[in-house]
Amino acid sequence: MTAYIVRRLFAVLPVMAVVALFVFFLLRFAPGDPAAIIAGDDATAETIAAVRAKLGLDRPVVEQFAVWLWGLLHGDMGVSIFSNLAVTRVIAQRLEPTLALTLSTLIVAVGLAVPIGVVAAWKARKLVDRLVMGFAVLGFAMPVFVLAYILIYFFAVQWQLLPVQGYQPIGEGFWPFVQSLILPSVALGVTYMALIARITRASMLEVLQQDYIRTANAKGLATDRVLLLHALKNAAVPIVTVIGIGIALLISGVVITETVFNIPGLGRLTVDAVLKRDYPIVQGLILVFAAAKVMVNLIIDISYAFLDPRIRY
Amino acid sequence: MTAILEVRDLHTQFDTLDGVVRAVDGVSFELAHGETLGIVGESGCGKSVTALSILRLIPTETGRIASGSIRFEGEELTALSEEAMKRLRGHRISMIFQEPMTSLNPVLTVGTQIAENVVRHRGVPWRAARDRACEMLDLVRIADPRRRLDEYPHQLSGGMRQRVMIAMALSCDPRVLIADEPTTALDVTIQAQILDLMLELKEKTGTAIVLITHDLGVVAETTQRVVVMYAGRKVEEAPVEVLFEEPLHPYTRGLMRAIPRLDIEADLAGTRPRLQEIPGLVPILTRPIVGCAFAPRCGFATDRCRAEPPPIVDAGAGHTVACWEVERVRAAA
Amino acid sequence: MAILVDDLAPPRRFSLVTAIRRNPTIAFGGLLLAALIVMAILAPVIATNDPFKIAPVNRLRPPSERWWFGTDQFGRDVFSRTVYGARVSLIVGLSVAAFSCLLGLALGLACGYFRRIDGLVMRVMDGLMAIPSILLAIALITLTRPGLGIVIVAIVIPEVPRVVRVVRAVVLSIRSQPYIESAIAGGTRNTKLLIRHVLPNTLAPLIVQSTYVCASAMLIEAGLSFLGAGVPPEVPSWGNIIAQGRTFFQIAPWTILIPGTFLAITVLAVNLLGDGLRDRLDPRLARRL
Repeated sequence: MTAYIVRRLFAVLPVMAVVALFVFFLLRFAPGDPAAIIAGDDATAETIAAVRAKLGLDRPVVEQFAVWLWGLLHGDMGVSIFSNLAVTRVIAQRLEPTLALTLSTLIVAVGLAVPIGVVAAWKARKLVDRLVMGFAVLGFAMPVFVLAYILIYFFAVQWQLLPVQGYQPIGEGFWPFVQSLILPSVALGVTYMALIARITRASMLEVLQQDYIRTANAKGLATDRVLLLHALKNAAVPIVTVIGIGIALLISGVVITETVFNIPGLGRLTVDAVLKRDYPIVQGLILVFAAAKVMVNLIIDISYAFLDPRIRY
Repeated sequence: MTAILEVRDLHTQFDTLDGVVRAVDGVSFELAHGETLGIVGESGCGKSVTALSILRLIPTETGRIASGSIRFEGEELTALSEEAMKRLRGHRISMIFQEPMTSLNPVLTVGTQIAENVVRHRGVPWRAARDRACEMLDLVRIADPRRRLDEYPHQLSGGMRQRVMIAMALSCDPRVLIADEPTTALDVTIQAQILDLMLELKEKTGTAIVLITHDLGVVAETTQRVVVMYAGRKVEEAPVEVLFEEPLHPYTRGLMRAIPRLDIEADLAGTRPRLQEIPGLVPILTRPIVGCAFAPRCGFATDRCRAEPPPIVDAGAGHTVACWEVERVRAAA
Repeated sequence: MAILVDDLAPPRRFSLVTAIRRNPTIAFGGLLLAALIVMAILAPVIATNDPFKIAPVNRLRPPSERWWFGTDQFGRDVFSRTVYGARVSLIVGLSVAAFSCLLGLALGLACGYFRRIDGLVMRVMDGLMAIPSILLAIALITLTRPGLGIVIVAIVIPEVPRVVRVVRAVVLSIRSQPYIESAIAGGTRNTKLLIRHVLPNTLAPLIVQSTYVCASAMLIEAGLSFLGAGVPPEVPSWGNIIAQGRTFFQIAPWTILIPGTFLAITVLAVNLLGDGLRDRLDPRLARRL
């Protein structure tokens, strides 16, 4: 078991290496001189030269990469072109809203989608199943921002139940915090829920066909035990896998959701930074998001060992 | 001896894209207390479906017991609620299946799978149930049972898994054990061990066994009475020695003739006779069968056979046949 | 008399009605998609007004007979713009699907078949997949001037790894089959093996995957345009239209809701088509009616 975990940890390294390489070379892929880009559109030749020297852009590429990587491993992700603040500081400032949004969406989505999927599989082809499948298909096709605006239109504008936009930090009161998160979480979570419910249903259906379920029924066990212990535990691996894959959906969605709802988180930061070509921040964000995604997938890989004993032994 | 299980005129059907399949088309038989009954026939003849029908394990979206009666200890099973059936399954009537590899849940320990049956039907606490599970593993002659309780099915061999299935099935002292081709997926040597084990346990517990198989050898060694099925119908029934001594139905005869015989002299002389197969193919079960189901392949068939379903003829000594031409068949060697 | 298996009636001739009844998802998704494609192609004919014409005097009118879906803040007809917007989405969706599948097929075949390439390429693919697609696309787009071609390339790159994975999985599973081993032992050349035996088996999963890529690409493009990083703002893309509708959303919700609904319907159509094809082409899944 420990061997398995260690192996999984080591598998993370090459992936992050590729990401780091990509992020590093991003700036250098841009046509034109990186120093000129960073110095800005109306910089003079001297300023550009100064920038180049300051950032060490006249050094050999390998040396630049080594320096950058070294700084990275010590928590230095460079400095924002526009605000001159350390990238790490900027990111840390905008972390809370994104974290709150992502976590709440994750919990609600998984908490609702898995039971829905189980019920749909259990009552396959009956009305409940058809409704769930309908929801899953529609939900997955619905773009995040469209759903967001539909929700805003009805709940915020017409019925005035919830705020149109904005984010209330948890420090300023629990209930406003929750209220500001409801619409964004739903908008963000529906696609995710649709995917999870669908895979849960599919995985459960496949498991319910298996011989060992027939055996469990032949023992006269109670339905909930057969569904939840005998079936779901076997169905869990694909479900957990797709929860991990869905994190990618969540992260992409966060960018859009924060823009729609004007939430001052990392997603909004990304859009602003990219449009302003504030490359150090873009680099930092890509690293952070990629690392988050990789960590989540690592946790999921490790969870396989707990779910399926055949992997352990 | 009164019958513990009585099946009367059972009809089980399935809906398929090509129509309604009459998998069991009017089957009747009885199982006496402590008896071992064999149900034999080729693949697709309806023997497994009969077994699943008894426990009402037919998947409800596509199949149903269309008509007929199944009485267990006098109680009509087709009329029971699902809850009542659940209390019966694994408890008073148990079933084991053909594939020990896939019939055990891979993510649960062996101990859990046996113990949960005991907890469910006897209501004892988990600790006591585990002790009983350990007892059962010992009963089926698995070495070091305490340790095995916490192992997973993939850590055991095929033969051991089937023993676990048997242990699970017998854990609540059922009155009837239905074994659907329990040894078909196992090596021949393991097969013999498992069959011996089943008979030994039967002696100890007095459980009646319905043994479903396509293997006449297994039937000969293990059962007391045999039912032969073809195309969803019962064609012959007899005590096992009587059946092998004088099979009366042309299909049964065909089956017996098809068994490869060991003839060492013919082998050495190079004159080994050709295997005798039964000519023709099984009927499609989506079309209603007029007359005798076996008639198209039968050497003794007459026009009456093709037009009218044969009656069940009593040939004496507990031997019954569904045939119009019993006398002619008997006369022919 | 019992009817034998031999006596089965000859197979029925192909009937469109039966085909539709047996594959409702493919039929529905396919027809819907076809309708949208026709709408996009015939945009100049269908559009009731000039989608580019700015007429401030008509700004923010609600849906009416003259402007079926109302107007935006520049007085442009939302219906006409939406109809033209279909072009961008469909072009992006279909081209991304086509390119990423071609590229993915080539890479997947190479990876699955030649071990030496496999290790390196898959690491790169994993790395690319670690970066969320929208971020990757945005980052790539901002490297140069935005334009339709750049958007397509920027979306192809994050989508390719998924296709490579699918193709590679098929190749690996086929490669281990005994008949391939015997073919290799018999001296069959690699290219012939790849084309005759491996390639046909990759087609079905590839087609299914291409529909999902198409849907994903359309969503990403709309997202990019919405964020201002996609096609230039003059070009009517559904994402652009929605982005421009943001400021006046509360008083003129149709500017966002209409193109949004069209986008959702298009993605739905493609998804349904993909699901239907998958159920049909993958026999393992098809059994689960």
